[in-house]
Amino acid sequence: MTTLHVERAGSLTTVQDRGRRGLAHLGVPRAGPLDAPAAALANRLVGNGVDAALLEVTWGGLEVTADDGVWVAVTGAPVALEIDGAERGCDRAEWVPAGGRLRLGAPRAGVRTYVALAGGIAVDPVLGSRATDTLAWVGPPRVEDGAELPIGAAVAPPAPLDTPPPRRAGPLRVWPGPRADWFTADALERLCATAYVVGEESNRIGLRLDGGAPARVRDDELPSEGMVLGAVQVPPGGQPVVLLADHPPTGGYPVLAVVDPDDLWMCAQLRPGDELRFRADLRGA
Amino acid sequence: MPVESTTETPLELRPVGRAALLAEVSDSAAARSLAAYARAVGVPADEVVPGARTVLFDGVPDPGALAGRLAEWTPDAAVAPGDLVEVAVVYDGVDLEDVADRWGTDAEGVVARHGGLEFVVAFCGFAPGFAYLAGLPEEYAVPRLDSPRSRVPAGSVGLAGSWCGVYPSASPGGWRLLGRTDAVLWDASRSEPALLAPGTRVRFVSR
Repeated sequence: MTTLHVERAGSLTTVQDRGRRGLAHLGVPRAGPLDAPAAALANRLVGNGVDAALLEVTWGGLEVTADDGVWVAVTGAPVALEIDGAERGCDRAEWVPAGGRLRLGAPRAGVRTYVALAGGIAVDPVLGSRATDTLAWVGPPRVEDGAELPIGAAVAPPAPLDTPPPRRAGPLRVWPGPRADWFTADALERLCATAYVVGEESNRIGLRLDGGAPARVRDDELPSEGMVLGAVQVPPGGQPVVLLADHPPTGGYPVLAVVDPDDLWMCAQLRPGDELRFRADLRGA
Repeated sequence: MPVESTTETPLELRPVGRAALLAEVSDSAAARSLAAYARAVGVPADEVVPGARTVLFDGVPDPGALAGRLAEWTPDAAVAPGDLVEVAVVYDGVDLEDVADRWGTDAEGVVARHGGLEFVVAFCGFAPGFAYLAGLPEEYAVPRLDSPRSRVPAGSVGLAGSWCGVYPSASPGGWRLLGRTDAVLWDASRSEPALLAPGTRVRFVSR
């Protein structure tokens, strides 16, 4: 079996697949790539199935060698990519020869870059998934300098031509949340009229926003209830949090809005200090 | 926004984005019953997540069809009782005396009262395998600590409000601690990773 040697892991690199399903009632986050379309594209480019595990690299800086030749594809936040010192391109399949070294620079835009290898990362699954959850650390351990990761056998040749759907960056479309009635009648409208700023504390658990606090009409405590991916939760301080892949399955803050799944990938690529806006999704009206 | 709220309907359904529904019911017993019913009849949802007074159905391909199925549930629907788990506890928690004062008894009185109750797992949250146990009468509810402890050891048995819980792993926490257990609450390598899944009945046994 081919082994991937991690020389430098960068600031945070994790193994991800499509995540753990059916365990939220036991308190287990789903996990999975924050930018799911970019991860899916990387897997397609190297001929992997949809459930193959790959690497999610935060802020670039990954350096790896493979002891056997392997196809690789790098997607998501665009980075300077080198294989054995020669410049290579993102968003297409590239060949890493036996012993070859792959290096990712810092992203030119965005935050999270995906590295898929033909055959997928073949670490042992935990509870049916190879995704690493950073809330409770269910799943494979965080990828550290010196890690050795097994790569599975390729199931199909690389797919050099792929036309992913265009990525429409812009306001995040939202649906009214299950507790919109805990807020003033114009709270959703005001949420959508506010220019929020992405906070430094944002991570795989949630995107924290600085900006206008939605006004509540109820001050009592919400009994803990199930939370969905993309929920816009409003804690007592008033600064909204968009719940992302590693969010706790239950929470006690009211949800004003829910981000449409098609727009969630943007939360993976917004940087602290970036502006974020919401737009009410009228398909729900 | 509520889409359904009639006197005949014991639950109120709230849409949650494109593919989820939150069912609000009267109390945690009704939530447990609804979740057990939904699992037993196999409703189409990736996740059935009970909460304190709700059940979230997530990953629902057709929310309208699910709403129809849930309309058949009634709070008195017969639900098979969950397995009974006995948890051996050493009652030496740092808040044992404090809870005794609040209950107007002494440490032995707390042990007798807590050990005499049968709890049931209402829902899990906070951490994998962390169960919120219902069964403490409301008059014995205790407030959370004003400021949470930075580290509560794994196996700590505590109270917050009228909930009882056992910390599966060391973590920060604001529950009032009665004691500790060696029971392994969470083990991802087990076929049933959580010792205390929703619906499980629990008795604490002093040792």
